[in-house]
Amino acid sequence: MTYIAKPKFHHPGLKKNELGYTHRDYEGKISTLCAGCGHDSITASIIEACYELSIEPHRVAKISGIGCSSKTPDYFLGNSHGFNSVHGRMPSVLTGANLANRDLIYLGVSGDGDSASIGFGQFAHSIRRGVNMTYIVENNGVYGLTKGQFSATADRGSKSKKGVTNTDNAIDLVAIALQLGATFVARSFSGDKTQLVPLIAAAIRHKGASFIDVISPCIAFNNHAGSTKSFDYVREHNDAVNRLDVLVGRDPIAVDYAPGTVQMVEQHDGSRIALRKIDADYDPHDRLGAQTFLARHAAKGQIVTGLLYVDPDADDLHEHLNTVETPLNTLEADTLCPGSAALDKFNASLR
Amino acid sequence: MKPTDIAAPDYFHKVVDCQWACPAHTPVPEYIRLIAQGRYSDAYMINWKSNVFPGILGRTCDRPCEPACRRGRVEETPVAICRLKRVAADFKDDITQRLPRPSAKNGKRVAFVGGGPASLTVARDLAPLGYHCTVFDGDPRAGGMMRSQIPKFRLPDSVIDEETGYILGLGVDFKGGHRIESMKALLAEKYDAIFVGSGAPRGRELDIPGRKEAAANVHIGIDWLSSVSFGHTDKIGKRVIVLGGGNTAMDCCRTARRLGGEEVKVVVRSGFEEMKASPWEKEDALHEDIPILNFLVPTAFVHDNGKLTGITFQKVKAEYDAKGRRNLVPSGEPDQTIECDDVLVAVGQENAFPWIEQDCGIEFDKWHMPKVDPKTFVSTNPKVFFGGDAAFGPKNIIWAVAQGHDAALSIHKMLSGEDITERPLPEVYISSQKMGIHEWSYDNDISNDKRYKVPHRDKVIALKDIRTEVELGYDVKLALGEAHRCLNCDVQTVFSTSLCIECDACVDICPMDCITFTENGEETDLRQRLKAPSLHPDQDLYVSSDLKTGRVMVKDEDVCLHCGLCAERCPTGAWDMQKYLIEMTQAGSTCPTKSRSAA
Repeated sequence: MTYIAKPKFHHPGLKKNELGYTHRDYEGKISTLCAGCGHDSITASIIEACYELSIEPHRVAKISGIGCSSKTPDYFLGNSHGFNSVHGRMPSVLTGANLANRDLIYLGVSGDGDSASIGFGQFAHSIRRGVNMTYIVENNGVYGLTKGQFSATADRGSKSKKGVTNTDNAIDLVAIALQLGATFVARSFSGDKTQLVPLIAAAIRHKGASFIDVISPCIAFNNHAGSTKSFDYVREHNDAVNRLDVLVGRDPIAVDYAPGTVQMVEQHDGSRIALRKIDADYDPHDRLGAQTFLARHAAKGQIVTGLLYVDPDADDLHEHLNTVETPLNTLEADTLCPGSAALDKFNASLR
Repeated sequence: MKPTDIAAPDYFHKVVDCQWACPAHTPVPEYIRLIAQGRYSDAYMINWKSNVFPGILGRTCDRPCEPACRRGRVEETPVAICRLKRVAADFKDDITQRLPRPSAKNGKRVAFVGGGPASLTVARDLAPLGYHCTVFDGDPRAGGMMRSQIPKFRLPDSVIDEETGYILGLGVDFKGGHRIESMKALLAEKYDAIFVGSGAPRGRELDIPGRKEAAANVHIGIDWLSSVSFGHTDKIGKRVIVLGGGNTAMDCCRTARRLGGEEVKVVVRSGFEEMKASPWEKEDALHEDIPILNFLVPTAFVHDNGKLTGITFQKVKAEYDAKGRRNLVPSGEPDQTIECDDVLVAVGQENAFPWIEQDCGIEFDKWHMPKVDPKTFVSTNPKVFFGGDAAFGPKNIIWAVAQGHDAALSIHKMLSGEDITERPLPEVYISSQKMGIHEWSYDNDISNDKRYKVPHRDKVIALKDIRTEVELGYDVKLALGEAHRCLNCDVQTVFSTSLCIECDACVDICPMDCITFTENGEETDLRQRLKAPSLHPDQDLYVSSDLKTGRVMVKDEDVCLHCGLCAERCPTGAWDMQKYLIEMTQAGSTCPTKSRSAA
């Protein structure tokens, strides 16, 4: 752990976003994770994405559970709302918060232990309900805080640092999220920010349940030969289906794309995703196709990354429940509780 | 780009901007750290070895280090390096035991013309090696322009006495009041080598109408300053005009304020911003209620039958031609006459060598300057060397010191029968500063403090006595605060390609966005692709060899805080913080393994 605070000085040529903030303004406290932790790169990517989207920090709520990954919200968006909940209970807390105040941007930060073991059920239900959120799993396949036992996402056959082979089958959170109806599903790698930052930005702009599984090597316990979540292994087996740029407002398309290589996806809020295809046949609007593609490549030992599925016209839990536009937490008491006459009338309508 | 060769002594030297900018290459961060630790004597000795006159320079240096200071690119103001140097001198203990001992003479005799900073530096380097050094000066005491031209309220005699005394105490023979009038005669005395450090002793004349008639009240600045210094002049008229915009003009006007000048004005041809005087010297003059009037060209001294009454000025404005050169052209406004009782002319200094005969084997160029080799400082007579203002015209003390070291090396090599164009490489030490996982042997916590002001004596008191020093210097507490502002640029970020796993931890933590991992390319192209814009192309890029992914690590050295966070967050030790100390070769240094050619 670093003893000194990160110096306040920043590069004099740093660009500012529409709000006049530099990316440094989106930082939190200095990380207390091990040196080189992949989670710190995810933290940096969240900072970068929020900076690029010119998000007002007070409009974000970051919610997490327990674990190395769940500590990270302390390291980014130091001026945002935060809730460090019970182990595996982030999805419930987030769902509740979202129902009470639909106006905030919800960032659920979790890990493989928090989401694939103790909170597996919570994860599943928040996805199937279509809570409007960005759910990020910082996935290192190992219990780092308890010194390196396999987690539920560790691949069968992979080796621990001590040389023990994992005999359990792995949970692929991306496959589950697709199956449970997430409307934005992606996988990325902490060591590839050019892919990860726009994915987070697109997920934040997505309305509905967005899920990103980020493979994040654990330097201390899972970055050795025989691990399938190490920097070297992921770099060798990374099969990116696409790369993307997020275009907000009237931003001109800054990059020149070769014709036929780009697919534009317009999201609910008017933002656009320019998807640069790497795998020409991959269609990110085909849920079934994505599931098959994932399964086929997983069998070959490949790690499929990129934007795997998106439904730009998705709706969310509030629409399912037909709640009012006004956040519930700002409704006055007489609106929330219109009195016994109103209740009688309502009851009468059900008789 | 090719991978950076960090073994080349210059690469990391350039990163230590202050040391690189200093003509004598004083290891600034090294002595500032010692000041922070309260080790003033050690800090003083580092300075003494490198720049010979820490107490004098700590008050008067032109400070090329400060505009170069990295801190000035990170926030508004650089570290007050110069005044910290004074702190080392002010708070040191008796250091006489640490000085070299006068050694047994080697039988070789070296004569010095002039007893200023250049000559004294050469003598200090040569005397401990056994040379018999004889310094001739027209003034009774050593110091040259440091004693005669710099006012006592900036530099007290006691400081000059102390620091020239350390040198003369090495067994140097000082012949005060002995002006050399003939080079021929000096050569005839069969010295093994002669060093000319006679400065630029002649003030430039201002030949405009009325000069001769009003001569009684028109004084040449440096002559007048030296006359004040030696007590020959102790008053001046109530209304004084100082002509000129350099540091001598600033010394003249402030001196005039102390000798009875009530309305002292500085008048310059150029604009205020383009004046040659250092900004802090202008500030000091303004603080003493001396207005500086600009864009006025003197055209005539006005006099009433030989009694000066004022100066007439033409008003000008600056115009820039296509090449950006400035021309001062008449503005068309009517001329302005400013009344005055005395005028001090400080419009430049010139060299003068009337005492060097034509047949001494010393050739002069068309500007009447001796032909001197800029690396070895030898003249066309192989036994005669020049240094300081005498060699290349008026500069300042620190340049004289730097040139003195080089000339001393040449003299030593020549008298040892070696080729003087072969210059030994500097000595370089580099060592890791790692003490523990997150502990370094230097203070890497960056101070956010703004530059501390040096306390000044109350103006009313200061203006009463010409010998009362205006600046009081930092006290220990202020010095500590200022020392903490130093960014330790000599503690280098050293990268080992083979250890890097490309986890991005350094990129994520770097507060200044200095580090980028990207595909290699030409420098101009790489500079376009850095994480933060490259603002200063003169600041080097540190480029690694190819990493596993085929990319390279590129670090823009420009605004690195040397906070060591990259190394703290690096899981494999691919980054390390290593202190780099470079010692310039001086006469008698022993490390002649490799050498670079002076040609």
